[in-house]
Amino acid sequence: MQVSLKVKRFDPEDSGGKTWWQEYEVDIHPDSTVLDALIKVREQVDGTLALRCACRASICGSCGMRVNGGAKLVCKTRVVEVAPNGEQLVIEPMGNQHVVRDLVISLDTFFSQINRVEPYMQPSFVPEQGEYTASNDSMENLLTAMNCIMCGCCVSDCTVLEVDANFIGPAALAKAWRFTEDPRDDKRDERLKSLNDEDGGIWDCTRCMKCVEVCPKDVAPMERIMELREAAIEAGNTNTSGYRHTESMYNSVRKHGRLDETRLALDSAGWTNIPRLLDLAPIGLNAMMKGKLPPVFPHKAEDNEKVKDLYDRVEGDQK
Amino acid sequence: MKYAFYPGCVARGGAPELYDSAVAVMDKLGIEHVELTKAACTGAGLLQEKNLKMGDVLNVRTFAMAEQMGLPIMVLCSTCQGVMSQANHRVKRDPEYLAEINSFLAPEGLEYKGTTSVKHLLWALIEDIGLDKLKETFTRELTGMNMAPFYGCYMVRPSEALEFGANPGRETSLEQLIEAVGGSVTDFAGKTACCGFPILFINQANSMKMVANHTGTAKDLGADAMVTPCPLCHLNLDGYQPKARKQVRGDKADLPVIHVPQLIGLAMGMGTKELGLQKHIVSTKEIVRKAEAVGAGS
Repeated sequence: MQVSLKVKRFDPEDSGGKTWWQEYEVDIHPDSTVLDALIKVREQVDGTLALRCACRASICGSCGMRVNGGAKLVCKTRVVEVAPNGEQLVIEPMGNQHVVRDLVISLDTFFSQINRVEPYMQPSFVPEQGEYTASNDSMENLLTAMNCIMCGCCVSDCTVLEVDANFIGPAALAKAWRFTEDPRDDKRDERLKSLNDEDGGIWDCTRCMKCVEVCPKDVAPMERIMELREAAIEAGNTNTSGYRHTESMYNSVRKHGRLDETRLALDSAGWTNIPRLLDLAPIGLNAMMKGKLPPVFPHKAEDNEKVKDLYDRVEGDQK
Repeated sequence: MKYAFYPGCVARGGAPELYDSAVAVMDKLGIEHVELTKAACTGAGLLQEKNLKMGDVLNVRTFAMAEQMGLPIMVLCSTCQGVMSQANHRVKRDPEYLAEINSFLAPEGLEYKGTTSVKHLLWALIEDIGLDKLKETFTRELTGMNMAPFYGCYMVRPSEALEFGANPGRETSLEQLIEAVGGSVTDFAGKTACCGFPILFINQANSMKMVANHTGTAKDLGADAMVTPCPLCHLNLDGYQPKARKQVRGDKADLPVIHVPQLIGLAMGMGTKELGLQKHIVSTKEIVRKAEAVGAGS
């Protein structure tokens, strides 16, 4: 069968920093992956097309690139899945990372993020004999994050990294979670505190789920970030707007059965944070003039007492 | 069609024009809606950060209420859709977990059997009513109006919980609606990205960059307005657009961000007041004028 590919090209030496699109058409076996098609282009049509791949079995994590706007491991993506009716495939290098040439990105960004979370076990003692041991259960719990093959797909499509290169990023935060949950590691509290306090840390994630959707190994980085938030709160890190935001929501639903939007804004800013409160004022005033300021006394769900009882039952059970 | 109507906190709070325009459109279409006035907030994913099980209990309680009424739930908010779909997905695939959640609901006389479906108004119109039937209620064709879709994360991810496999049309629902009203789609990469609302009070600089990038890019590509099924995206993209555009791009807020039922209402010939378009921060006068002008010509 024929496959049509539209590939974003970049040659640092010849193109004066500009990218261009190039279209290819190749004949492939119906079971081919997108990687098979690209290799065929390189071998039979255009030897100048640069791409990176190695294992061809979604183990090495080398062939991450964007297919139709989303990051994928192209060795794991069959052509018929993404172009069931013979549509043209749009292939680009991954996002949020420096492009070296054509579809090849530099891994510098990725590993500088990974290095920020001290991605190695830091035990407090050396066992007298044998190795460090951990229960099967505790290791099974880590399997999600340990499945990471460092392909960079989540980093590519992270919506925070698009606007803020200082964000630690989904892959590195999932890696950080892996060490906070490892019973052999003795730096859990320090790790949680620094992930909580640091600019670009756990509270900067928008929960957009792009990383969950594009990860080819079901690491679900965002879910790991949410677990880090919960753990950071439990460890007593309550100094962030993010914590106050979550807490305000939780308490608002307990009290009213609903969200109290005005209170959420004020709680998150912090009631003693005068500059932040002043910053909110013109927005609030503008909304009020247009008749859309949330009610000061929020809409309560009818029977909201029942929601309170429910909170008591669930929390009582969790104690 | 009849639905258990779950408007969500924002349609009852900071975006009242969404509630009013949705009810106006549903009435015109003869869609019956019984409001779930006792249901609690979904938790918006935020409550779940602190206590996931509490979030699931609250949502399953709402599903059980609708199940007792024998009705599917209709929502007006991408975030409500996503959070409810995720909760539904979790309990439906794990009977033991559902039994545990139900044990908390028993004192209230509620039990969820797992049969409730949750549909955004946008999906319900396409899947249950049908765009052809919807078009019969239109009195204007909004030809020449360029609309940029903006989905809201929870309306597109995770695709498994949102059942995109069984309902592939959901991936292009906004584009289908824009074309149904006679408009043209202004396609742009940011349409499925984050609007920045969840970090508005946490990292406002990043949030403002997102607002400025999305609205500015859509405007640069020729959009007259942006259409969103998510009132949270609306609050940020509309309410904070003046600040964001000035701060990040040094230009002015010039892209109205309208709700799905407002777009439909415009095609039905409804006016500014009926659709609450005067309540927007970024002026909607120009798009109303355009709609009236093309409407007069058709």
